Amino acid sequence: MNACLPEPQPPREETPVSESGEVELLRAGNAAVTADFVRTNVTWMLAVARRILRDEGHAEDAVQNAFVKIFGNLDSFEGRSGLKTWMHRILVNEALTVFRRNRTQKDESIDEWLPVFDDNGCRIEAPWANFETPEQLLQRTQTKAHVAAQIDKLPDAYRVVLVLRDIEEMTTGEVANALELSEANVKVRLHRARAALKKLLEPLIRGQEL
Amino acid sequence: MTAPRKTIKRRIHGTMFKLPLMITCNEFEDFVLAYLEEELPAHQCTIFKMHLKVCRECREYLRAYEASMTLTKASLKTEETDLPESVPQDLVAAVLAARNA
Repeated sequence: MNACLPEPQPPREETPVSESGEVELLRAGNAAVTADFVRTNVTWMLAVARRILRDEGHAEDAVQNAFVKIFGNLDSFEGRSGLKTWMHRILVNEALTVFRRNRTQKDESIDEWLPVFDDNGCRIEAPWANFETPEQLLQRTQTKAHVAAQIDKLPDAYRVVLVLRDIEEMTTGEVANALELSEANVKVRLHRARAALKKLLEPLIRGQEL
Repeated sequence: MTAPRKTIKRRIHGTMFKLPLMITCNEFEDFVLAYLEEELPAHQCTIFKMHLKVCRECREYLRAYEASMTLTKASLKTEETDLPESVPQDLVAAVLAARNA
């Protein structure tokens, strides 16, 4: 009986699998590649779903549904866009399906954060004695969390348009289709969301917070 | 003294913004998105920029609006590259179970 411990093996060299090779193995149902594929992608997918849904349970549902769609549609993936781009599109659609299903009809007003004008149509804007640039602000560790918290204050109808256009980089037409809105309505909501966010971030940009 | 001066300035602005090729701040607001998306026709773009030249409030407003957009994109975008190393094992297991079902 050989009581010796097995010789330590050198670390297995990972041969990079091309994207098309990976897709072929996924289509064939290769268990190891499938598990690796899920582990590699699940965290960014969850982050995207959380941004849209703001609810951990709903975000997990969206990611699970997206993986079902991804595996179910691998045969139709033609590689015209990158695999991640294709997956991102599926995920956003699934997140929006969950969003629509769980959305309450009552949307809070955004008016309190919108620009104010006097009777002559002149803007009422306090002078900006101090202005911190985004570059300065982003050097501080708390800034990103603070900005994310302010975005979360926006009513869903505006926040989702802002996230899809400015973060997920969808076009106005794509957002309009996904949310079943007119393009003009998407533009109005996007501008209002940005204007409200400017108001919410004002103390930060004026150097009065953090 | 400050309040009356502001009123006079506002009255002057109010009158000036009614001149040909001028717009009020309220009208300027309607053009902001199209301006930033580079969708404003040349003529409207000239009018928009002319308003920016004469209106301190709108200049500062637009600067803060753009800074806010930059902060939003940078804050939420980098979140993705900053992903936690821990993989949600329960979710991975659920996805794989569904795949193998």
